[in-house]
Amino acid sequence: MPPIKRTKFKLAPEQLLEMFYWLKLIRAFDERLSILVRQGQVRSGVYTGIGQEAIVVGTCYGLRQQDFICPLHRDLGAFLMKGIEPRVMMAQMFGKRTGLSKGRDSALHSGVNDLGIFGNTSMLGANLPVAAGLALTFKMEQTDNVVVAYFGEGASNVGDFHEGLNFAGVQQLPVIFICENNQYAYSVPIERSMAIDDVAERAHGYGFDGVAINGNDVLAVYQATQGALARARGGGGPTLIECKTYRWHGHSEHDKAFYRSDEELAMWKSRDPIPTFTTYLRTRHLLDDAKQQEIELKVKTTIDEAVEFAMTAPEPVPEDALTDLYA
Amino acid sequence: MRELTYLEAIREALMEEMRRDPKVFVLGEDVGAYGGAFGVTQGLYDEFGEMRVIDTPISESAIVGISIGAALRGYRPVAEMQFADFISCAFDQIVNQAATLRYRYGGRASVPIVIRAPSGGNVGGGLYHSQNPEAWFIHRPGLKVVAPSTAYDAKGLLKAAIRDDNPVIYFEHKYLYRRVKGPVPEGDEVVPLGVAATRRVGRDVTLLTYGAMVLHALEAAEILAKEGVEVEVIDLRTLLPLDKAAIFGSVEKTSRVLIVHEDVKTLGIGAELAALITEERFDALDAPVLRLTTPDTYSPFSHVLESAILPDTTKIADALRRLAAY
Repeated sequence: MPPIKRTKFKLAPEQLLEMFYWLKLIRAFDERLSILVRQGQVRSGVYTGIGQEAIVVGTCYGLRQQDFICPLHRDLGAFLMKGIEPRVMMAQMFGKRTGLSKGRDSALHSGVNDLGIFGNTSMLGANLPVAAGLALTFKMEQTDNVVVAYFGEGASNVGDFHEGLNFAGVQQLPVIFICENNQYAYSVPIERSMAIDDVAERAHGYGFDGVAINGNDVLAVYQATQGALARARGGGGPTLIECKTYRWHGHSEHDKAFYRSDEELAMWKSRDPIPTFTTYLRTRHLLDDAKQQEIELKVKTTIDEAVEFAMTAPEPVPEDALTDLYA
Repeated sequence: MRELTYLEAIREALMEEMRRDPKVFVLGEDVGAYGGAFGVTQGLYDEFGEMRVIDTPISESAIVGISIGAALRGYRPVAEMQFADFISCAFDQIVNQAATLRYRYGGRASVPIVIRAPSGGNVGGGLYHSQNPEAWFIHRPGLKVVAPSTAYDAKGLLKAAIRDDNPVIYFEHKYLYRRVKGPVPEGDEVVPLGVAATRRVGRDVTLLTYGAMVLHALEAAEILAKEGVEVEVIDLRTLLPLDKAAIFGSVEKTSRVLIVHEDVKTLGIGAELAALITEERFDALDAPVLRLTTPDTYSPFSHVLESAILPDTTKIADALRRLAAY
């Protein structure tokens, strides 16, 4: 099996600025949600990916509509990048009727087939066999569409991880497995949940390549993803990309995360993916103050409008609790 | 009409549906060239090839998860659990992933999968090759559950299950595979889900059952007829959703109900049926609703032990006599 191609996948200046926009939007969305939870405006179901945005942006950027993503519970940004309007996503988090699940669930348990988004349950890793099933249909149809499936290092310990990746390896399916290794499964640090250093090692047991990369470097994530995409689209089978990262907030917004030190958090905050990328853009004169302000204003306007939409959106009607159980 | 065994009828339904609709495919353990542990899928691999008759690793959870993924792209997978006993390994994918999907997607998607599960005892299978886990799934809105007792229904219900847009658990009873043979139409005859069948008409007692117990129920009804008690035997066929109209119609006529099932007693489907009847047709009853089931234990290997716990013709006849005399 050939290794991932290290050739750089060129991005035009406007594409780099688009990535910058997405990083900012996703960060702002999660930060606003965090505030809304503390204000009691959003009841629960908020699992922010603050600090991990480079993974979503680097993997989703440039995907086709026909490609499928199977995000995990922190990947709200992946829903946005794959085409769900911020206002609809916000209505979902508010439990409103105009959200994806008509108020039956907040969180990311809902999907949209036409946009290539699968919504998993709360059972982590349960999306991985589903990802294999989606990829199986691409193989059957001999198309070059790809499935991108996400999981945490914690979920790599669940049985569905093994069953899903093993089947994908056996069938050489067009699927990329993205591990968001944020060091903690809720409160349990990685060294207490696995006896190896890199989740990427696990890929070798399934007969495909696994690589560990800096998950806070959006361009590194993008390059690795493009290599894996090219392989999968060309019939070369799956790849596991382990993105090392860190979640700044607790597991959920209700978790104070006392299980980790201030020093550790501060160290990871110094690796914030957004300033890193901002510096990259500025040193190459792709971003100046005016452009940055323009993007930041666009982000703020988008989030404000989404919150306004969600707050004034209709509540579900009681009957909605009993419908859509059967087709 | 030509006759097929129950097993052949299942195979024919699979063949015909795969020929009719290229989106139908089969996956499971040993279902490929080997033809399945019981031979149900024999011949499919030769006709449809390895991309539509997929041998999987021993990964029940993935078998269902993969089916769900394929269903979301418009396919109609038919997954085989080698034994219904192994379905517990796929429980999460069935009850949390498949059953809830349409609900949590706001009605914008559905999961048209069929999970075939060879179930039931009286075959010396022991603890892990004899189970009747239907009650677990009847308890989950979003699923449908069927359990045919005849070759005719085995084919017609499987066709209906494959064409249904919801996840359907199809319990095929191992005891019936080669013991039951009957007329099966060659054409495209579908037996609708959610409709019970009256196997014998009677005025004195209603007997509600399904699966292999239908055979014993009919034998017992024959014995009771000679004693002057006319038993109406209703084969539920679909366990979720229940055919309430058929059940209540018979109860109103006979005023006495015996429920027979091979699953254990506590919170088996008999409990739901008894509650439903007393709740909605209390005035029609002249006797308590009785249940004859496997007692709350496991299915033992020894013939002596298995016979001791399974409902059979003699035990059903005794229960019917008690009920008729009440």
